[in-house]
Amino acid sequence: MSAVRLESVSKHWGASHAVDRISFETRSGQFIVLLGPSGCGKSTTLRLIAGLETTAGGHIFIGDREVTSLPPAKRNVSMVFQSYALFPHLSVAENILFGLKVRGVNVGERQERLTQVADLLSLDSLLDRKPSQLSGGQQQRVALGRAIIARTPVCLMDEPLSNLDAQLRSEMRSEIRALQQKLGITMVYVTHDQTEAMSMADQVILMRDGRIEQDAAPAELYHRPASVFAARFIGTPPMNVVALANAGDAAGGAVIRGSTTVIDALPGEGRLLGIRPEDIVIGATGVAGTVEYLDYLGADSIVKCRVGDELLLVRTPGKFHGVPGDVVHMEWNPASQHFFDAASGRRIDTLDTVARAAA
Amino acid sequence: MNRFSVHIHGWLLLLPAAVLLVLFTHYPVVATLYHSFFSTPRGSVPPVWVGLENYRQMIDDPVFWQALTNNLWFAVGTIPLSIALALLMAIWVNGKIQGRSFLRLAYFTPTVLPMIAVANIWLFFYTPQYGLLEQITGFLGWPSHNWLGSRDTALACLIAVAVWKEAGFFMIFYLAALQQIPPNLNEAGAIEGAGRWYFFRRITFPLLMPTTLFVLVNAVINAFRLIDHVVVMTRGGPDNTTSLLLYYVYEVGFKYWDSAYAAALTMVLLLGLALLAIAQFAFFERRTHYQ
Repeated sequence: MSAVRLESVSKHWGASHAVDRISFETRSGQFIVLLGPSGCGKSTTLRLIAGLETTAGGHIFIGDREVTSLPPAKRNVSMVFQSYALFPHLSVAENILFGLKVRGVNVGERQERLTQVADLLSLDSLLDRKPSQLSGGQQQRVALGRAIIARTPVCLMDEPLSNLDAQLRSEMRSEIRALQQKLGITMVYVTHDQTEAMSMADQVILMRDGRIEQDAAPAELYHRPASVFAARFIGTPPMNVVALANAGDAAGGAVIRGSTTVIDALPGEGRLLGIRPEDIVIGATGVAGTVEYLDYLGADSIVKCRVGDELLLVRTPGKFHGVPGDVVHMEWNPASQHFFDAASGRRIDTLDTVARAAA
Repeated sequence: MNRFSVHIHGWLLLLPAAVLLVLFTHYPVVATLYHSFFSTPRGSVPPVWVGLENYRQMIDDPVFWQALTNNLWFAVGTIPLSIALALLMAIWVNGKIQGRSFLRLAYFTPTVLPMIAVANIWLFFYTPQYGLLEQITGFLGWPSHNWLGSRDTALACLIAVAVWKEAGFFMIFYLAALQQIPPNLNEAGAIEGAGRWYFFRRITFPLLMPTTLFVLVNAVINAFRLIDHVVVMTRGGPDNTTSLLLYYVYEVGFKYWDSAYAAALTMVLLLGLALLAIAQFAFFERRTHYQ
């Protein structure tokens, strides 16, 4: 059964299309992440699902019910806001219980559910405090508590971790994921942070300029990016995407523009090569390049090399022993090469690459 | 620079404001208190110490009691109504409606107008025979009524003017406070299924408490120091039914030239206001959430 389904949903602000005819579907109990840079329409999409914005076109289904024109309260969803949206004058317990009181749930059950949620989120000792007396992470938990106590099948989250420090963020990441799996709820989660998307999601919907760039599982997003944009959005440092040219010799094939080593049998003109920095190995043979810049990060180093007219980033383990100006050779497995159409930016899958990916 | 000269610097910076404050606020209060214990000097007769005589006279003064009663009714009539109206108008013009700026301006206009001008406009509304109110009631075929000249309606007429003037002013404070409430609280409420009234009662109104307290203290003070409208519209009449405390102080001091008694009246008024303000803060402080 699909938990959330969007069919050609649009939203305009004046002449600009915040969300432009997007469609996707997610199964019940999935963790789905709407990912993209600022202004890509991911938050708007979430607010459309919540009913906080009205659609300009299309249909939204939650469960098997069409909710396109229903008010937020009737959609049977809960939501965690980026700024938490806690009621500042109410205690933690009152904040969490707010929705249950509105719906007239009786006192006994209210208390029982509160105890359960407080236990789940380790909020027991904080129930009488006001939000202003809590740390950011604790406020986050309270907002989470207010969302899950409603026991709605779908929970929406709008960049819930963006106000926390890095340490806390990674803790909360695994906690939210564990909670979602424990409760079996469908989570629709908005973020601009690809790490959050990769580590939490069952399904990632990568958005750009109000459209869906790619809708796939994290592994597929990483291994088979559908476009240059998707390729460069996932991974740090981002994938190298360099222009190819036809090899000058009779055999044909492709070279990185300005270099001579053939890297693919098909003509290079009009194609781009994508290769992840972590897939490149610096060794004795392969494509020659000149070191331009070094970044030592501890566990590994990022080496920026010039190859012909292009620059390649290489992630190499430990400390790289070399100085700018050194000539190095780079090798990679042909299976980790990605090709994109230079004009459209879309992925080009030859039979060869499909076969290799399947192998 | 040593400590001593730092202190001198500080005091010098404070001096202009302090001088003005002492000269026009603190000294007058102390002087008034001092004079209230003496008799009024008349011609060559110098003031003599009379102790609490002026205050004793007040207890036996029926006009004082009437002014006080009038003033209490005036307060009861203006304060809750103007605050409630202010809140309603603020909520309305805070919404997404057409011509919102124009409405805000319209509501605020009475505050911008000088008190005397306001009183004159309303004097025309209330004028017997050809005033606006008379023309409307006449058109509806109702009997003619002298609104400001009647013992039954004069005070109510003043209350109406005061509410009209105050509500727009208080609205500005409520509007500012409403705009401080993050919109996503509203959205969180909407997702939880809270209706408008429920949300207002449990979230908006409690969050506006600091503003309500501030507005309330101001409304009380304003109710007890209103004089301009009385001077222009009724001069305390008919038969003292619209004589408010400050107007009575003015009459005693500058019409009957009994400055000592006026001083005593002023002290009572000041003390009353101070007590009221303290009581309001004490009462509401615990019920108010400051962000």
